[in-house]
Amino acid sequence: MKILGLLSLLATHLSANSVNIEENAGQFFSSGHTNNWAVLVCTSRFWFNYRHVANTLSVYRSVKRLGIPDSHIVLMLADDMACNHRNPKPATVFSHKNMELNVYGDDVEVDYRGYEVTVENFLRVLTGRLPPSTPRSKRLLSDDRSNILIYLTGHGGNGFLKFQDSEEISNVELADAFQQMWQKRRYNELLFIIDTCQGASMYERFYSPNLMALASSQVGEDSLSHQPDLAIGVHLMDRYTFYLLEFLEDIHPASKSNMNDLFKVCPKSQCVSTPGHRTDLFLRDPGSALITDFFGSVRKVEITMETVNLTDPIEQVEQNFVNEDLQKESYSYVDQLPVSEIIHQTLAGEDAPGSIVAVGGNGLVMPPVFHFYFTVTRHDVATRQEEPD
Amino acid sequence: MGLLSDPNRRRALIGLLTRLNAPIWGMPVDWLVKTMQSRGLEVFTQRFSRRLPFPDEDKERYMVKGTNVYGILRAPRAPRTEALVLSAPCTAGDHNNQAVGLLLGLAQYFRNQVYWAKDIIFLVNEHDLIGMQAWLEGYHHTNTTGMDWSPLQGRGGSIQAALSLELSSDVVTSLDLVLEGLNGQLPNLDLANLFYAFCQKIGVLCTTQGKLQRNDWDSVSGYSHAVQTMMLMAMKQASGRPWGDHGLFLRYHIEAATIKGINSFRQYKTDATTVGRLLEGMYRKLNNLLERLHQSYFFYLMSSLSHFVSIGYYMPAFGLLGVILLLRALDLWVQLASPPPRTEDGVVDADPGVLSVLTPLVISHLTGAALYTLPIHFQEMAVEHFPVSETEAVVLTAIAVYTAGLALPHNTNRLLTGQGTEQGWKVLKLVAVLYLAVLLGCTALINFSLGFILALTLVPVAAFVTPNVPKVLSAFVLVVLSPACTLLFSVFFFQELQEMPVSFLDGWMLYLSVISQGILDHALYGSLVYPLVALLVYPCWLLFWNILFWK
Repeated sequence: MKILGLLSLLATHLSANSVNIEENAGQFFSSGHTNNWAVLVCTSRFWFNYRHVANTLSVYRSVKRLGIPDSHIVLMLADDMACNHRNPKPATVFSHKNMELNVYGDDVEVDYRGYEVTVENFLRVLTGRLPPSTPRSKRLLSDDRSNILIYLTGHGGNGFLKFQDSEEISNVELADAFQQMWQKRRYNELLFIIDTCQGASMYERFYSPNLMALASSQVGEDSLSHQPDLAIGVHLMDRYTFYLLEFLEDIHPASKSNMNDLFKVCPKSQCVSTPGHRTDLFLRDPGSALITDFFGSVRKVEITMETVNLTDPIEQVEQNFVNEDLQKESYSYVDQLPVSEIIHQTLAGEDAPGSIVAVGGNGLVMPPVFHFYFTVTRHDVATRQEEPD
Repeated sequence: MGLLSDPNRRRALIGLLTRLNAPIWGMPVDWLVKTMQSRGLEVFTQRFSRRLPFPDEDKERYMVKGTNVYGILRAPRAPRTEALVLSAPCTAGDHNNQAVGLLLGLAQYFRNQVYWAKDIIFLVNEHDLIGMQAWLEGYHHTNTTGMDWSPLQGRGGSIQAALSLELSSDVVTSLDLVLEGLNGQLPNLDLANLFYAFCQKIGVLCTTQGKLQRNDWDSVSGYSHAVQTMMLMAMKQASGRPWGDHGLFLRYHIEAATIKGINSFRQYKTDATTVGRLLEGMYRKLNNLLERLHQSYFFYLMSSLSHFVSIGYYMPAFGLLGVILLLRALDLWVQLASPPPRTEDGVVDADPGVLSVLTPLVISHLTGAALYTLPIHFQEMAVEHFPVSETEAVVLTAIAVYTAGLALPHNTNRLLTGQGTEQGWKVLKLVAVLYLAVLLGCTALINFSLGFILALTLVPVAAFVTPNVPKVLSAFVLVVLSPACTLLFSVFFFQELQEMPVSFLDGWMLYLSVISQGILDHALYGSLVYPLVALLVYPCWLLFWNILFWK
């Protein structure tokens, strides 16, 4: 009797949930990505640039906590702060003063260290043009279903980012690298965050689709550091990344916060500089893009507390999961690199949502000047069913 | 966090200082070696000996022998490529008895920290500057002054910065920063700014030139106070002697300064712990440096610890003085180029040519050479014949040679050809004026204050002296503005600025000791003031003296 009652309860619950599950199912495929990668770069060396290493390590920590494994993270640190001779607390890198949070921890895996962090290596990682002897941990093995998070920090200026006090990467180079990535189908969507002085200049020149960019300051503004620690003697974090870290500490793998919340991180009152973002090249609405789409590696797993009967109800559920229009078709692999198709496709008449706005509203609105971006037709997205890992 | 937050360590330091309160007779080398070793430093000693050209008042003997003791604190994790130096000169008597204690206390504290990226060398040198010179020469493998020293057994890498301590009492009311070094060289202004910033942060009163900072820059008294401070610095710089042990480091491109503790009558006193914290903070800052201090000015004059005049502002003032000389030279050149007026009897004056100019030049320079060499060489003869000590003999010989040079024009005029011509003295004056301009220009580049003071006194007379001006008056003016009398007035003025005015007799004795010190500095450390004045400025002045008495 009880079992029957429970089963009926289960059935009603399931049917009630079926609508819910359909919504969830819809959400599962809304982003179109199946794996996540992260490229986190700190470009400055020397003891007094401690905060840049702490910035990168705190983003690394958040990204790992939200699920991206080390094999999918390319971490580039230009100098070793934890073992620097001047560090009064060796083997630690703190992000909060009074040594509250050690972001170095026990399981940091640095892929590019010291003098290996160069503009050339960074671009090779992005475009995949690495010599065959490069180990897997140093490669960005993304495909066209990957969402990539790229985080850069260091010293920058109007249109450039300084690497190691000896060379620079310009915004044009970066935009071209992203275009190469797009042409080689190395990303599905890409989130670019930069925390340097005049960081907004770095995303001005992007022209590839599916890019979203955030910067900690506008052109002509300096990004400031947050707080010094009197025992260690240096500034520990930059303001933007500090508040970004605080924001990310509230995000867990199941959270539904979207990009609009991320744009609100660190307003001018806290950051002194005006953070900016750019969404005109992003094809979805930023409000529909979850934080975990980029910062976490969310598996398509629905954890349920109910026991499920592995007979009819299961088939029902299965039916609800699959999209209707594709059930009858036979599946075939998409052409791996339809470059000619992509290059010669013209504007499909869709207007990109959003434009470059500045949080804080100081009147800085740039007109979208890009006419030359590609659209991806729907059938290319939905044909692949496997999840390459 | 910081020095001596642990009360046990505080007590240990105070105990050490009290123990050293008694005067030290000579330097306790063995005790220092043992103490430094017990603190975990690598200790080495260096013996040196030096033969003085003449015994000065302090030493009263020709030979100075001593031992330097230094301990190296190795950086725990860093390669041994860079070093910092903390030194305290150890002299017998009360003069600097607390500094060594503080140095040892700091050594013990520093040894327990892990954040040193450079080696720290704790140096206790004997006989002040002589010992420091021996140590620096041994460290850098140079031998510029002919001193005799044993080679250093332990080294620490290239020295980035150095601080020298002079503390005479265990409580201080203020700390004085001394910057002037050998030949007027100054450390980078960043070092002074660093010291001042730390003093303000910890709350210790700090001064420069022994004068307090004032806040009323707009009022007349505030302005004159600032001018007085700056003139004190200019005079110290012009003397060319190192005013602290740090002065000898500057020659090796090591930024160094001396910190003197002053105990005057003031209510708020700072104890040695706070001074130690200040030094600890400064050394942590210097430790964090990645390169030598070079961003700020090397040539400046400080009117207070927060205000300074940089070379870009004071050089034009000197340039204007130099322009006077150049204009006068131009004027003479034009006069010489125009044809000479015919005299009434139709005899054209013979063109004297360059050779006639050569004679006064050679004779003046020979006199200068005599002024440079004779005092030291003939001191034994002078001591035999006159009841004076060697030091006085040297100084009085120098003054005698200087005064003898005044008699020259009357004698050398007989040797000159082309005498009695208008052209003769004009050519000589042209050469003399250009010579003076070049000399002063070069001096001002190296030691601005010296060049400026000499320019102030010499340029007016150089411009205006001719054989036609009234002889007695201009002779008097020329003597009063000669380098020797300028020095005499500077001595009185210096004492006046330091608010310790002296009577004439004391001032005269001070003047004599200044001359002897100048000669000694040149022999011991390579100070350039005495040879410059004797070999170049004095002959130049003699040329003008010649022109005045031209017949």
